[in-house]
Amino acid sequence: MAYNMSSSPIDDKKRRNNIDGAHSKIAAHPAIIIRPRKSIDTSDLLEILQFRTVIYFLIWRDFKVRYRQTFLGLLWAILQPLASMVVFSLVFSRLAGISSDGVPYSVFVLAGLLPWGYFSHALASASSSLTNNRDLLKRVYFPRLIIPMAAILSCVTDLLTSLGLLLLVMFALGVPVSLNIVFLPFFLLIAIAAALGAGAALAAAHVRYRDVGYITPFAIQILLFLTPVVYPSSLIPASWRLVYGLNPMAGVVEGVRWCMLNIPPHPEMIVVSAISTLAILLGGLYYFQRSERIFADIV
Amino acid sequence: MSDIAVRIEHLSKKYHLGRRTDGHPTLRDAVASLGTRVIQGRSKTASQSSEFWALSDVSFDIQRGEVLGIIGANGAGKSTLLKILARIVSPTSGRATVYGRLGALLEVGTGFHPELTGRENIFLNGAILGMKRHEIAAKLDQIIDFAGVEQFIDTPIKRYSSGMYLRLAFAVAAHIQPEILVLDEILAVGDAEFQRKCLNRIETIGNSGRTVILVSHQLGTVQKLCTRAILISGGKVAADGSPSDVVSAHLRRTDAQMAAGLSARTDRLGEGRVRLSHIDISSPTGALVAGSPAVLTFEISRSDIKVDCSFTICDEVGEAIASFDSANISEVDSVGSHFRCEFTPLLLVPGRYYINAGLYSSGALMEDHVERATVFDVHAGQLAGRAVIAYPGYGHMTMQHQWTRVSQEG
Repeated sequence: MAYNMSSSPIDDKKRRNNIDGAHSKIAAHPAIIIRPRKSIDTSDLLEILQFRTVIYFLIWRDFKVRYRQTFLGLLWAILQPLASMVVFSLVFSRLAGISSDGVPYSVFVLAGLLPWGYFSHALASASSSLTNNRDLLKRVYFPRLIIPMAAILSCVTDLLTSLGLLLLVMFALGVPVSLNIVFLPFFLLIAIAAALGAGAALAAAHVRYRDVGYITPFAIQILLFLTPVVYPSSLIPASWRLVYGLNPMAGVVEGVRWCMLNIPPHPEMIVVSAISTLAILLGGLYYFQRSERIFADIV
Repeated sequence: MSDIAVRIEHLSKKYHLGRRTDGHPTLRDAVASLGTRVIQGRSKTASQSSEFWALSDVSFDIQRGEVLGIIGANGAGKSTLLKILARIVSPTSGRATVYGRLGALLEVGTGFHPELTGRENIFLNGAILGMKRHEIAAKLDQIIDFAGVEQFIDTPIKRYSSGMYLRLAFAVAAHIQPEILVLDEILAVGDAEFQRKCLNRIETIGNSGRTVILVSHQLGTVQKLCTRAILISGGKVAADGSPSDVVSAHLRRTDAQMAAGLSARTDRLGEGRVRLSHIDISSPTGALVAGSPAVLTFEISRSDIKVDCSFTICDEVGEAIASFDSANISEVDSVGSHFRCEFTPLLLVPGRYYINAGLYSSGALMEDHVERATVFDVHAGQLAGRAVIAYPGYGHMTMQHQWTRVSQEG
């Protein structure tokens, strides 16, 4: 029974090559070796590319289904940030008198809501993606990471819609678009990477612990207050700024405001956020891969 | 040896019973068990007692072009083996090497989304089953035609009848073209027409030189379709060879288990709150005789749970002949420790028959289910004055009837 584990990786590889060599004439398709999953296997990441049709169709399914049988359809992608913008402007600008770094508060808050709305939505749908696709996990094989990945990527359409909304509101209020906008994709990629890392980890944890289903919405709510969405990051004391940057979305929101509105950023905070995102992405993928082999057994 | 499709070497799979498979563990459980481990110094006694080896040290090769049937009692490990080959679950140790593209169909309609139209679902399902977009597009018309749902192809499938849904799902599955096809109990669902289509399709696939691995409870089907069969019992290969040899080996085993008595049987399914403890088949005249009355009595382990009893009479290879269900008796009768089912008269031709029996509590929840729970022989007799005769291969039942021969007179 300990057959596989007793042999060293090198022996294994040799043996595998021998078998492959002997059958190369009949097996055009490379032989697939099924054995206990132990550690990180980079071939899994390559396999995701082979299964890109599945990613494409899962994204397409999410998109098709999201606004089926709704009266307003895609308008919801605009109405949600628009309504938040109006409410936040009333509460935080009019009532609380929070400053907005010299641009109209509505534009200021909408530029923050753009990446934040994407991140919170993507994280929430990724964290429940594995449990919602239980049937797929139990009945068909494909790299499991595809499921949270598709959940995160299918929210990108809403991100682009709200970007259009932001440009429209800026135009209406006469706020000029900064040339820094060419750097916007970089910050959006950070938001996607952070959502993927955290989303994959939460999805994997959700399979084991249903508590995650209760924790996630709450954590997202708390995180909103630790992100400079409704207030400018200049309110944070300089000595706390690096710690504050550990929240990937702090740097992202800061960066998006710089790209769109040319509000001077705190570069050190953005650097910390970028590093923190990388750590979250790698850590999340590692935890996901480690948990992956038992998904079908316990989901 | 030269033409292997799948090689399985020392494959084992361990499951943890009890808490982990039962419900969904919570963080609190994790913290609690961490605590216990610290206190007990990582003693593993608790976890070992709840281990279960679904497969242990299974090794065999499957040749290219073989149609392999895997049979065995419930819980023997057949489905686990298939799931490992399909890469849905990971083995605990050992390995399997698959030479070629493997397509697994463990349940028809996996990944169908009710809000999407038939056409959209064909693409989604095809992609999930491993087809490329252009492959699906090329086969789209064939699939729609096979399913016979042209009119409804742009309707969301939540408005489909269950028959249409099943036909569409099977049509997609039937058009994936892997070199190795893995099927689990597909033949157990759907109407006769659907099953016939399934069988034809599998025969075609087998004839085209591709490899098929099939798990089935229908021993007759395995004998008809397969070129080789494997019997899995207790997670090990118990027999391997020609389908007829392996099927009879399986029958001998279940006969031996039957001899041990119903309450001693462990190869059963269901919740288990109430179990069948004994089945008695008798006749007022002594031996069971074709065309004479017969009484089946099912004794159950407790009388305070409301259950329905159902059973199927099967022939020697497990093909169902007729099914009966107590579900339509009045509620007053549903208390007590015995179910009685009377046949007046018994309409089976002489021969040997088996009974699969089960208990279901409200909401069709399976409490107990035993395949080949008991066996009985029917002896030659008469029905309405005519001898009841068994012609092997010409059916198992008879009916009350009269023959007359007349001349047409103007």
